[in-house]
Amino acid sequence: MNGRNGNLLEVRDLRTYFHSEDGTVKAVDGITFTLKRGETLGIVGESGSGKSVANLSIIRLIPAPPGEIVSGEIIFDGQDLLRIPEAAVRKIRGSRIAMIFQDPMTSLNPFMKISRQLMEVTQLHLGHSKAEAYEHAVKMLETVGIPDARARVDSYPHEFSGGMRQRVMIAMALSCQPELLIADEPTTALDVTIQAQILELIKTLKQTTGASVILITHDLGIVAGMTDHLIVMYAGKVFEQAPTTELFARPGNPYTKGLLRSVPDPTHEQGKLYQIPGLPPDLARLPAGCPFAARCDRVQEICRREFPPFVQLSSEHYSLCHFAKEVYDESAT
Amino acid sequence: MSNDEPTRPDLELQHSAQRPDALPDADLVHTPPEFAVSEEDVHVSEGEFIVGTSLWRDAWRRLLKNKLAVFGLIVTILIIIAAIIGPPIIKATTGYTYDYIPNNADLIKSIPPFRSADGSFSWAHPMGTDNSGRDLLARVLLGGRISLMVGIISTLVSLLIGVSYGAVAGYLGGRIDSLMMRFVDVLYSLPYIILVIVLLAMFRSNTPTGQLVLLFIALGSVSWLTMARIVRGQILSLKNQEFVLAAQATGVSTPRIIFRHLVPNAIGPVIVYATLTIPSVMLSEAFLSFLGLGVQPPLASWGSLAADGIQNLGIFPWQLIFPGVVMALALFSLNFLGDGLRDALDPQMRR
Repeated sequence: MNGRNGNLLEVRDLRTYFHSEDGTVKAVDGITFTLKRGETLGIVGESGSGKSVANLSIIRLIPAPPGEIVSGEIIFDGQDLLRIPEAAVRKIRGSRIAMIFQDPMTSLNPFMKISRQLMEVTQLHLGHSKAEAYEHAVKMLETVGIPDARARVDSYPHEFSGGMRQRVMIAMALSCQPELLIADEPTTALDVTIQAQILELIKTLKQTTGASVILITHDLGIVAGMTDHLIVMYAGKVFEQAPTTELFARPGNPYTKGLLRSVPDPTHEQGKLYQIPGLPPDLARLPAGCPFAARCDRVQEICRREFPPFVQLSSEHYSLCHFAKEVYDESAT
Repeated sequence: MSNDEPTRPDLELQHSAQRPDALPDADLVHTPPEFAVSEEDVHVSEGEFIVGTSLWRDAWRRLLKNKLAVFGLIVTILIIIAAIIGPPIIKATTGYTYDYIPNNADLIKSIPPFRSADGSFSWAHPMGTDNSGRDLLARVLLGGRISLMVGIISTLVSLLIGVSYGAVAGYLGGRIDSLMMRFVDVLYSLPYIILVIVLLAMFRSNTPTGQLVLLFIALGSVSWLTMARIVRGQILSLKNQEFVLAAQATGVSTPRIIFRHLVPNAIGPVIVYATLTIPSVMLSEAFLSFLGLGVQPPLASWGSLAADGIQNLGIFPWQLIFPGVVMALALFSLNFLGDGLRDALDPQMRR
């Protein structure tokens, strides 16, 4: 398996558990997906569904102990990241796989100048000299649309607003022209007008650099226009996996349907916003059957008893549900 | 890498029109499912930058408001300047140095302040002389040099050990942390002054300079414990912040994360504690010299001068009063300064 078949990243049956005093928390429990070069994958789920843990697992940043990647393969451009030494993974981090985090207010070091934080990456991975790295930092800030970049580059993070800081984070992430960019809720902490700017920026930069993107979010509105494939996660499991357009048009899982109904529709005056009843289950004490059974609107006896199968609905569409086919057929009409 | 949408300067207007408070109706607040961004949204205006005042400028302003701290700062600076330029000035004007014993000092007699040997008024010895006829002012200034040097160098030693030890323990965490901190607890439980006395007695040096170096090491190596605890606590609270994760995600190595990313963020409490360590080390040094374990003659420190002076307290009180008052002044000032710095650098703590 290598990059030539077009797959940049293949994740197979990844399981990441956290060992706590209350028992083992199965934060990610068997996720499998492939990501082609230049594609964007969206991972959607509620808080605590395991989406961030899945992505930290990809670059092996799970704190161990208590975390542990129990099993799985993460094949990035032909090599399994779980089976190479830490030093080799560190070379990949930041240079070939880069990450953007949720909160730009805390993800920049408050005591380091922007220039130094940007220079650190390229000095480390591209072997830049100080002068080269500085020029590169200025260029990157210009690329992400920071006006007057040369004058701003020596500022400290607190002199930048939230949107500006997220731009800096993107500049840092893209400094080494990574092949894979993982954006973990990049717009959650920003207000709506800035959100749009940041997403558009990621989209533009993705097109110009040809990088693949994994976009983690809890906001279905964001992934719709941005992604090629979608994974819906719940309680550490993949509940549904499909090309974005198909998933929106024809969801095959009650949970996905619930999520789609929860998106407020500005064109309709709604009396009350839809919400999925209940809360996600405690990952340390998962029920025997379907983890969503307690909240599902079409729950049957079998759901509480047996773990649901991962049903294939079309060539690239899978759903974890006893009644996946029925839900899928209903959605068609 | 080319961005096909160059930044345009005319966006000031665009931006102000899009400020949240200018939004007329609610449906714009939701991100519509048909996610569409107009080209203009990608740009930002200058107005988005915040002109910040730096932490240091803020701290400096708060420090200047604290009268005791300003007093401490000024007196500390004066004492340091006097200790540095005092001895050469005295030598140039009167010819006295800390170890100059006049030829006519055959009779053991200490000259009182502002007197000459025959008892008439004189500017020669503003603080009088000691038993051997050495100028006390020159000796107090030299004592200041040595005391400050011991204070500063031992504090630097404790900084070096304490910060690295605490930072490594805090960052690595888990079992290594427990082990490292239990070791600190054990050292804590030993009475440190006895430890220093043992260290000094064991490695006793024959030359005064050798003894001085030994003093630096001995005092430094017992005063790092609290520093290690403080730094560890800081690192523990910092290491779960996202910027550490971000640094890890860019492939930065562990030592670099600890010393380039984390330690600078803990600098405030470190500065404060270091400022308070200097007087406490100086006091320990005075105590040791008082016991005869510290600075050896002909060198002098405030502690050893006080020790000499106390033997003649009844007849020649100035031998104790001058070094004692100067030392007290210095310690007060440094402590005021340290307290002031703590309030200035950690404004939450005042409430």
